[in-house]
Amino acid sequence: MSPRIKKPRKVVNPPPIKGFKPYGPDLVMAGKEPVLMHFEEYEALRLCDYDMYNHHQASAAMGVSRPTFTRIYASARQKVAKAFAEGRQISIDGGKVYFDSDWYSCKSCKCYFNNPQKDVQITQCPLCGSDKVLSCDVETDCLDAENERCADFCVCVGCGYEVLHNHGKPCNHYVCPQCGKRMTRKQKSN
Amino acid sequence: MKVAITSTGDSLDSKLDERFGRCSFFVVYDTESKSTEFIPNPNKEAENGAGPASVQVVASRNVSKIVSGEFGMKIKSLVDSLQIQMIVVKEPKTIREIIQMLNH
Repeated sequence: MSPRIKKPRKVVNPPPIKGFKPYGPDLVMAGKEPVLMHFEEYEALRLCDYDMYNHHQASAAMGVSRPTFTRIYASARQKVAKAFAEGRQISIDGGKVYFDSDWYSCKSCKCYFNNPQKDVQITQCPLCGSDKVLSCDVETDCLDAENERCADFCVCVGCGYEVLHNHGKPCNHYVCPQCGKRMTRKQKSN
Repeated sequence: MKVAITSTGDSLDSKLDERFGRCSFFVVYDTESKSTEFIPNPNKEAENGAGPASVQVVASRNVSKIVSGEFGMKIKSLVDSLQIQMIVVKEPKTIREIIQMLNH
């Protein structure tokens, strides 16, 4: 039986560089193969350790399940550690990913727009026609909206009282302030 | 070229709607004939799936750009695959102002 096909992972922000090179005594680095890091592993590291998302939020941003995200993240950390410990280069390439399109902002009318035809260079704002366009970073607003969607709630089975779930604290450690029953995690509708 | 703009009302003086999927009206503006068409959004009160359904409404009019205040996660990849350009305007502007800007 063939294994299940990997879901494509969404990469919002491709890395600005192709990899990393160590420096130091040439003897240590000579003749070693670089560590191949996939784009999804780079994105997992960026979301978790640079943007400080938890695994739950980051998995939603990449369009994979939370356990899958944790595996990608663990593999990324292992590769970084291997490169550090053995003095190897890191080459960022490959992986089963798709890129969200590039976003630009216009300085004169303060709008944001994307570029659906990736082979055409953007020189003019599509709204006001000004040439003061800048390539802009990830649309942080969208990630915030995604965070809200994947937020967890503790709910009281007795009266239905809800409170935002505190990560790392089991819901049943809390008592409902209205009826004194133990809380439980709210089941998601989707 | 046709441009879809999300609107809160059915006149040129109404404001740009900040939401895409659940906006009140779509304004389809033709930059060549300078004509405008107001389409009431059938998905305004939809429970879920308003975004993709709204994309179908505007894509059936063959627009090449969409102007709105925000695009959700589901819509972005869909619109991207249809090769429609998304323009996000964060400032409150009227439809008339946006049409003037499009005629730059």
